[in-house]
Amino acid sequence: MNARFLPYVLIAPVTFFLCVFFLYPFVLVANQAFTVDGGYTMENFREVVSDWKFPISLQNTLLLAAAVVPVQLALALLMATMVNRMQKGRDLILYVWTIPLGISDLAAGIIWLAIFEQSGFLNSMLDAVGVIDKPANLLTCQNPWIVFLAIALAEIWRATAIMLVILVAGIGLIPKEYYEAAEVFGASKWKQFLRITLPLLRPSLQTALVLRVILAFEIFAVVAALGGTLFPVLMSETYAYQFDLLNSGAAAAMALIILGISIAATLVILRALRVPKGATI
Amino acid sequence: MTAVATDVAAPDARKAGRWLYITSVVLLCAWVIVPLYFLLINTLSAPEDVQSYPKAFFPAFDMGSLSFFVTFNGMIDALLNSIMVAGLTMILSIAVGAPAGYALSRFDFPGKELFRLLILLNRAFPLPLLALPLAVMFIRTGLDDTIIGLALVHTTLAIPFAVLITFSLFSGIPMELEEAAWTLGCTRLTAFTKVVLPLILPGIAASAIFAFVISWNEVFAAAVLTIENRTLTAFLLVKLSEAPIHLKFAGGFILVLPALIFIFAVRKYLFAMWGIANR
Repeated sequence: MNARFLPYVLIAPVTFFLCVFFLYPFVLVANQAFTVDGGYTMENFREVVSDWKFPISLQNTLLLAAAVVPVQLALALLMATMVNRMQKGRDLILYVWTIPLGISDLAAGIIWLAIFEQSGFLNSMLDAVGVIDKPANLLTCQNPWIVFLAIALAEIWRATAIMLVILVAGIGLIPKEYYEAAEVFGASKWKQFLRITLPLLRPSLQTALVLRVILAFEIFAVVAALGGTLFPVLMSETYAYQFDLLNSGAAAAMALIILGISIAATLVILRALRVPKGATI
Repeated sequence: MTAVATDVAAPDARKAGRWLYITSVVLLCAWVIVPLYFLLINTLSAPEDVQSYPKAFFPAFDMGSLSFFVTFNGMIDALLNSIMVAGLTMILSIAVGAPAGYALSRFDFPGKELFRLLILLNRAFPLPLLALPLAVMFIRTGLDDTIIGLALVHTTLAIPFAVLITFSLFSGIPMELEEAAWTLGCTRLTAFTKVVLPLILPGIAASAIFAFVISWNEVFAAAVLTIENRTLTAFLLVKLSEAPIHLKFAGGFILVLPALIFIFAVRKYLFAMWGIANR
């Protein structure tokens, strides 16, 4: 076959797939969000935004992202630099640390439910130490902060691994010569981290943050497992509009709102961590 | 950080630093493993012990919860559905994604950047949201509530990863190998099947497994697109509010188990997809 057409033949299946299952449904969902009974209107958006649950679920989603993502970033950076200077057992430690990568958000929610439920392991441990004498029901509406904490911990536990993988791959690409040169000039390990690792890691940090922040706005199953209806988030509201209220116009509007927030966050991150033109490793 | 560190610090301080380092590695490992261990204890306890208090910190190796899980109405079907959807996703995403990965690594063609942008957009998009209009589209085409329909959606989720992983795998094999095969009388196709394919097969297997895990774990689209033929994640999600608690734990354990094995199987390739691919 002609080498000029071969690449197009090879990418045709993916392009077809993405057009049918990504671009086309996207147009549909956008269309649905802006129409009521066949006419173009903002009615769907007005309806979801004016709902009393909307500010709470928006606030919950943003608060969770703000609490979870920075901790994950710090933890992933710490783990990545630790793994990097490891000589023995690097593969084993990396395997253990990346286990949560394969665990779904639903399973992670269930795992942390085992810890936080009334007869769970947290209560049992507190009992064993003697802090409490009878198990308290932690995940109720009287303890909104414990529900928040449980969800945040489950998210940090589950999703730090994806950042770790991206950062470890990124650190691996930084030439060792830079560190050797820094040693020669007497830079401390901390200085090396600040002046070499962090700046050169910028593309990886970008990828990791964008991916994590987008996924953080989509949080759903962890919340469903731990908080149920106690802790409304944007995604659970979308699900409720679609299935409990059978209002797919409103669900589509919610979907577009989540998308808008994701795009805004992505732009902010890309701008804040932009790589200067021509500056490559 | 190089091994030839010329520490001027006193040996005591260095020893303390070493201890701090080892302790934090151990603590971080425990942070990952202990919650999994708790789930294991709950899964291997008798149904009545799951609600008992205080908890034992060692598993009782009672199969009661697991056998309840197996006999629970619809659970085995859901498990089989999950396996079939994930298997189909695995085959589809490699069959569709690998050729594109090859094209990206071997050719420079007009429109390449646009294509890469499409792939990245897809990865950076809250895809499960598209399940809502797809549900309508599927009802029209008769794909609603079928294994194939859900597998198609999961393939869309897995494709960017399949393309990026195979792209970095193919980039790791020098073009010269193929060219040498051509001069020895191979066509483009036979050079690919006889030279490139054998070298790349383990990597392809790894990215296939990754696609399997993505589908296996997906909750939102599965819950939206299936009603009768629920996958395990969708089934558990729906049963969260009503199911007895030991059923949740046994289900969670079954969800986690393949993940442990799969991540172990693909651990070498986890980094390939972010290293070269994201620059």
